[in-house]
Amino acid sequence: MVAVETYQTVAEAAAGLGEGARYLGGGTIVMRQVNYGDQGFHRIVRAARPERGIGNDVQGLRIGAGTTMADILAHAELSFLHPVAGQIGGPAIRNMATVGGNLFAENPYGDMAAALLALDAQVIMAGGQTHPMERFLADRKHMRGLVEAVSLQRPQPGAFYYRKVSRVKPKGVAVITLAALIRGGEPRVVFGNMAAAPMRAHAAERALGGGVSEASIAAACAVCTEGLSPTDDALASAWYRAEVAPVHLRRMLESGGHS
Amino acid sequence: MAKTPVTFTLNDTEAALFVDPGASLVDVLRRGAGDLTPKQGCAQGTCGACTVLIDGVPHLSCLTLAETVQGRRVDTAGGLADGPALHPLQRAFIDGFAAQCGFCTSGMLMAAKALLDHNANPTRDEVIEAISGNLCRCTGYEPIVDAILSAAAQMRGQPALQQGAL
Repeated sequence: MVAVETYQTVAEAAAGLGEGARYLGGGTIVMRQVNYGDQGFHRIVRAARPERGIGNDVQGLRIGAGTTMADILAHAELSFLHPVAGQIGGPAIRNMATVGGNLFAENPYGDMAAALLALDAQVIMAGGQTHPMERFLADRKHMRGLVEAVSLQRPQPGAFYYRKVSRVKPKGVAVITLAALIRGGEPRVVFGNMAAAPMRAHAAERALGGGVSEASIAAACAVCTEGLSPTDDALASAWYRAEVAPVHLRRMLESGGHS
Repeated sequence: MAKTPVTFTLNDTEAALFVDPGASLVDVLRRGAGDLTPKQGCAQGTCGACTVLIDGVPHLSCLTLAETVQGRRVDTAGGLADGPALHPLQRAFIDGFAAQCGFCTSGMLMAAKALLDHNANPTRDEVIEAISGNLCRCTGYEPIVDAILSAAAQMRGQPALQQGAL
């Protein structure tokens, strides 16, 4: 049996974390672990007033870690993220699952984390430290503290691309998640389920450095799996993921970006 | 370990219970409040059989920490009927053979109720979206979608839709 400790603020909850504790946000990760008898923790720490909502900060948009997928869908200013949030779970999951939680969702989940990595978001910890999303995701198992919010710049219309590949219609868990931000000479291309955490495809980014064209898409697809280690699970084998990744990258880039 | 007192409104009735730390809402509803309509299915947020409304919004009660509903309103399929009078959704599910084994039905009903509470005239695609987090292994979904559309029509004062007419 676990103990539950409720603090008023995220900062207080962060101070209450420690040995054997997990932070409970929307519940979709931690309660699942509780239900399945996870012995890796014996304390649940939660905040009565997590940061929830969308605002502005010096970098641009600030999204509280406690913001749910349904909150994002209700916010017109985040329309570029609607294709991401709208394909996560059903309505009940979207009313519970939070942006902060998604940063810790293990494969085959974590679609929002992949999108935020493509968007070059910053992770803001309780206490004010910030981490680039790429570093955060690479080190998330060893990160100490609590995520308070993420911040990002709104992409130019049509610059953000997203595609979730699922076996179930109208929606299901991702076989592969793809996201890209095509801006100037610094494209960012991200795959989910192609490594232990969402990861940039640097070879594909280099190929797209001159802009999106038929030739650059072909070049990017030819090298897009370099450096990646696709997940091998019940949804798909690693071999299958590696085979279809270029196909879906091409389809995503040819279909145009979201605005 | 000490239990936590929790009070909330369950289907128009005040509920006051002591819950174990870490207990899920579905467990407390079934074992504590005696409402067996939310089903414990997958316990991981995949099947939707435990769907309830918290303050009118669908949630998965298996993934909801019970003590977080303190002071809130929880609606389950157990509160849909008005005495012997079934809710139009329940009647439509019966008339349209939308329940076979019945395990998913409570969750389907609450997901559908959440939709119809805010959208009296949903499209077929909107119904499919509303129940997209609820699994049914018996019906193939079509009778469920038809039943929800039929109930919506009835609730708008229109005649029930005949099966196959949708």
